[in-house]
Amino acid sequence: MAVKVYGPAISTATVRVLLCLEEMGAQYELVPIDYSTGEHKSPPHLARNPFGQVPAFEDGDLMLFESRAISRYVLRKYKSSGPDLLREGSLEESAMVDLWLEVEAQQYDKAISAIYIEIAIKPVYFGGVPDEKVVAESVEKLGKVLDVYEARLSKSKYLAGDFLSFADLSHIPYTHHIVASPHASLFESRPHVKAWWESLASRPAYKKVTAGTPTSK
Amino acid sequence: MPSTTTASEVEAATLIASKREREERREREERMGVKVYGMPMSTNTVRVLAALNEKGVEFELVIVDLRTGAHKQPDFLARNPFGQIPVLEDGDVVLFESRGINRYIATKYAEAGPDLLLSGGTLAERAAVDLWLEVESQQFGPPIAALVYEALIKPMLGGATDAAVVEAQAAKLEKVLDVYEARLAQSKYLAGAEFTLADLNHIPYTNYLMKTPKASLVTSRPHLLAWWQDVSSRAAWKKTAAGIPF
Repeated sequence: MAVKVYGPAISTATVRVLLCLEEMGAQYELVPIDYSTGEHKSPPHLARNPFGQVPAFEDGDLMLFESRAISRYVLRKYKSSGPDLLREGSLEESAMVDLWLEVEAQQYDKAISAIYIEIAIKPVYFGGVPDEKVVAESVEKLGKVLDVYEARLSKSKYLAGDFLSFADLSHIPYTHHIVASPHASLFESRPHVKAWWESLASRPAYKKVTAGTPTSK
Repeated sequence: MPSTTTASEVEAATLIASKREREERREREERMGVKVYGMPMSTNTVRVLAALNEKGVEFELVIVDLRTGAHKQPDFLARNPFGQIPVLEDGDVVLFESRGINRYIATKYAEAGPDLLLSGGTLAERAAVDLWLEVESQQFGPPIAALVYEALIKPMLGGATDAAVVEAQAAKLEKVLDVYEARLAQSKYLAGAEFTLADLNHIPYTNYLMKTPKASLVTSRPHLLAWWQDVSSRAAWKKTAAGIPF
């Protein structure tokens, strides 16, 4: 039976889960959730995700939310049909995967999501204007984070080591938008970061999931 | 003259060598012991010490005094390029980010103490642990960290608490804690019937919240309060809490 992912295809957190499903060649159904009608706060969706957010996930009787937790489940369940993206067979490798996943969640995500909200979400969904001060501060913050990434990626091909892992994929959803924005230079100006991104963006799963996903210009 | 070593002999020798390397590495780790770089009042440092204590692992706490800027010195940045505490050193393994470190501790010492990641469980059981670990990281962590900083840490550093900030963060945290109250009405611990890393990762910040007037956020929610009383009475937590200097 196909698993179900509830969420809009453009939602960055939903994309995180879809990337993992595509990388593992899993069958799934995407059930759209309409933010414009407040569907994410409706009782049926709150039963799936009590925080009223997307994505939510269903596999038979199992209901999950939080994209990073859903992704770990998907990567374990379909382990035999795709790349080993969690490296749970090796204590040292999985420790590096988990470390860079935490860096993504704690350092990278906070800076890059703030940029995305100002330049893409506010204008398009709320008819607002980007707060240039917030953008500038977030760009500076992200730049410092990317300096650490540049140093790391000059020593290893991917974040956790010389192997692709979920830690790399988890960066894709927001990065996809920012490299198509006026702030692409954050990535273009750092040669190892640039090469790393181009490697991720060349993957078929990335192309499939982001085809038709609008990016801010 | 043809080589007298076949491909399968080379492969066998390589497997034996890497097994020996792993054994040597384990021996080195045991000899060197576990070091945690941090401060005894830092919630993220305490998060790691709590996990080590649940597993009964001996460790050395190496003080990195943020007040002197030790965390921005080159020798520390070589361990954590983001210049934050804690860092864990276990032989050749050097890790930062407390939540990632705790996954490592739970995995390496899976056989000792509680099975903190339910590594012996079904995919669904393991997913429940991951889910509540993410809820701590994404929903609970930001408002409680901001509230505790404003109400407790700032005054300790000589600053003045901004009551409006405390109220705003408390309002956000209340909505999150309503979800926890509903969950804990159905389940003894966050991920299910057993104490896991999902519960443990909440303890250090909740401990500090209980020292502020906003402890009422917990005491007013009966299932959340019962959960807090249970997890904070664990022997390993009492040992950890005894090391927090206030």
